[in-house]
Amino acid sequence: MTRHRGRGMASINYPIGMNLGGDPSQALVHSNPSGKFTVALSSIDLGQGMKSVTRQICAETLGVPVEDVYVDTADSDTGPHCMGSFASRGTHRVGNAVMAAAREARGVMMEAAAEELEVNAADLETDGRGNIHVKGAPHRSISTKDVAIAAQFKQGKTISGRGIFLVPLSDVDPETGEMSPATCYAHACLVAEVEVDDETGEIAMVRMDSAYELGRALNPRLVEQQLVGGAWMGVGHALYETPEPYYPDPVHGPRDFVEYLMPGPGDICPHDIAVLERPAPDGPFGGKGPGEMCANPVLPAVANAIFNAVGVRIDDLPITPEKVLRAIKAQGGARPQARR
Amino acid sequence: MTKIPLQFRHNGRDVAIFVDGGTNLLVALRELIGDITPKFGCGQGGCGTCSVLIDGELHLSCLTLAETVSGRSIETLDGMKQGPNLHPLQRAFADNFAAQCGYCTPGMLMAAKALLDRNPSPSRAEVVEAISGNICRCTGYEPIINAILAAAGGRVSA
Repeated sequence: MTRHRGRGMASINYPIGMNLGGDPSQALVHSNPSGKFTVALSSIDLGQGMKSVTRQICAETLGVPVEDVYVDTADSDTGPHCMGSFASRGTHRVGNAVMAAAREARGVMMEAAAEELEVNAADLETDGRGNIHVKGAPHRSISTKDVAIAAQFKQGKTISGRGIFLVPLSDVDPETGEMSPATCYAHACLVAEVEVDDETGEIAMVRMDSAYELGRALNPRLVEQQLVGGAWMGVGHALYETPEPYYPDPVHGPRDFVEYLMPGPGDICPHDIAVLERPAPDGPFGGKGPGEMCANPVLPAVANAIFNAVGVRIDDLPITPEKVLRAIKAQGGARPQARR
Repeated sequence: MTKIPLQFRHNGRDVAIFVDGGTNLLVALRELIGDITPKFGCGQGGCGTCSVLIDGELHLSCLTLAETVSGRSIETLDGMKQGPNLHPLQRAFADNFAAQCGYCTPGMLMAAKALLDRNPSPSRAEVVEAISGNICRCTGYEPIINAILAAAGGRVSA
């Protein structure tokens, strides 16, 4: 029995969101008389950080403290429409919608403040701490709370804004058929190192090193948690997970979490991640989306690493010990490739 | 069906309920006591999110017959917070981004508490073993392991 080490690499080009029907999402932003703002969305936070990132985008656009913004994703029956939380579209699509809504709400807020301060709205600026003042004359100031109260009880205005992001229709070139199915792409490269046991076919992850280019990281810790966690979902897809291991024959399908294998805490390995920030021209503050792509490069990199380790090329997933052993047997033993 | 009277301690408080024979502890806690911090994941002992402490020992409440805990002391995540203050483990989970969707978190925290209560300075391998009955889809475990080690080392924010 020998354990063979192998290293594999994969690069991906990942389109953010999709293009069906323009992939729209809407957002509504309004203030209440306390001067706090609510963002209404139907977009769902699955734990990936949608609420945090849309809250940041709204606060930054309005020019108010982030703690003054509340994001309500409670009900897709009553909220504005969203296509959903998938395809890494949340930050980009929903973020753009929130930005548009917050920009409109900011316009109304500045007009209402201008009326109270008896100045031109174009001469006003926000200080990001909950105040609006005349440029160059910070003593001529009013709090966003007082503006909200004046709008509600005196001026009869709603400080609110509507936003939608809709992907522009892509024209098809009549000569070549070429079109642009996505508006922005994220990129990644991942190197996986594995150890393959040529007697059992078992594969252990040894380490991963990756670089992700995902626009501006609007919340670096949330980006990091996505990339760290998502890589292990990728390993799950590469090595363990399937509802039908002998598809199309449904035999031996897993019935519970004991049989449906996923990486456990004992399977993980070190993973060094570098995040490269190249702001997207059409992203909210340059953001793209780290969602799905955090799992994607892992699969081909692991498949390549297994080939590098024992010389077998497995082209259907997951790469189980049984497949590895059969392939090693078919070629008459492990054939480690040159280390790269 | 005859109901069985059952008394036990729930997070330091005496409780008395009537359960049907065969009711599992998870259902008793969630539906009769009203403590929804232990989660229903698989109902078969495969995921760990229903984990509770029985007399300080880690158990899967979905596989525990309610009637077997008569007179015993049950701790759940609901009892972990000390008044308004988060438990150091909870603080460490927040600091280390050890939760995303949060569904595994109650079980992870109980498994971590069971470990630190008996072994305040665990090695990384001991932490990994302690949570090996709990599955997590979102985090990749690394932040959870780091959080538990941080709590054990007193490295938590105020």
